[in-house]
Amino acid sequence: MKNFEQIVSILKDNFSEIEFTVNIENEFDFYINVNQKDIFEVALFLRDNDELKFDSLMVLSGVDDANGEKIKDADGTETIKGGTLSVYYHLYSIEYKHKLTVRVATERENPEIHTVSTVWRTADWHEREAYDMYGIKFLNHPDLRRILMPYDWEDGSYPLRKDYKNPEFYQGMKIPY
Amino acid sequence: MGLLDQEYLSDNIIVTRTEDLLNWARLSSLWQLGFGLACCAIEMMATSASHYDFDRFGVIPRASPRQADIIIISGTVTLKMALRIKRLYEQMPEPKYIISMGSCSNSGGPYWDHGYHVLKGVDRIIPVDVYVPGCPPRPEALLEGLLKLQEKIRTETLRKSV
Repeated sequence: MKNFEQIVSILKDNFSEIEFTVNIENEFDFYINVNQKDIFEVALFLRDNDELKFDSLMVLSGVDDANGEKIKDADGTETIKGGTLSVYYHLYSIEYKHKLTVRVATERENPEIHTVSTVWRTADWHEREAYDMYGIKFLNHPDLRRILMPYDWEDGSYPLRKDYKNPEFYQGMKIPY
Repeated sequence: MGLLDQEYLSDNIIVTRTEDLLNWARLSSLWQLGFGLACCAIEMMATSASHYDFDRFGVIPRASPRQADIIIISGTVTLKMALRIKRLYEQMPEPKYIISMGSCSNSGGPYWDHGYHVLKGVDRIIPVDVYVPGCPPRPEALLEGLLKLQEKIRTETLRKSV
């Protein structure tokens, strides 16, 4: 079992050219940031390294950081321009019983991250959910379709984004109360 | 000659109106479409089970909409499911009845404001006969809803209302 500092130092020893920044919010909440171009390589390493063996992706979730410029619309709602969307990977090693959280941030206007569904098969549907709810495109994903919302849901309409606005109608049915 | 001025030869004759007979037959065997959506469906199943025994009112689940008289919308109607509910309803033979069970299917319930995926009341797509409030309603409430529906069927008539 390795603690957070040990895991980070193993990563830094093995990837001299990749940048890892560490976020420690409090004693229970800490994660490492990985750049979006490096995530696939790092994910493979985390899974296969003999000292780490992160063989289980517990969950992969999207997050709207809502840190862009907030523009007030005429109807009083807000639209967010710029900033980031993030994907969090919660990893667990069944053999060593240690955990790690990895965060990858991507631009809100063009969110693209390489898939890890070929590293952990679990990621397949989780990435589809992140795509469905936040519009994050996972490159090289085998089957990137919406998973919860209907397939014919409005393009570019992602419900869990902070500036989401409901369409007025879906297939002739009024949506707002 | 007439029925009224002579004594009946046997005592097993009932005199009634055709309308009353049809209504009585209908309300006494409301076959239900075996169909559930969310937590309300659990209560609906409890109502069907031995303790509350829906069967004593003639309600038995049918596996096909073509053999069903009543559909109980038991749970949250998502927009995705709404299209399928409408199709199921259209496949049922007339006369057909709808009980909307629980807050979600009555009005959207807890999803009324932020439910981007929820239809705010099943009555936006199909005509509801009885609304059963609750979240979820207890089996007693659903039974009460069914009795109300039976009352409604009992007063049905083919005649034009004046």
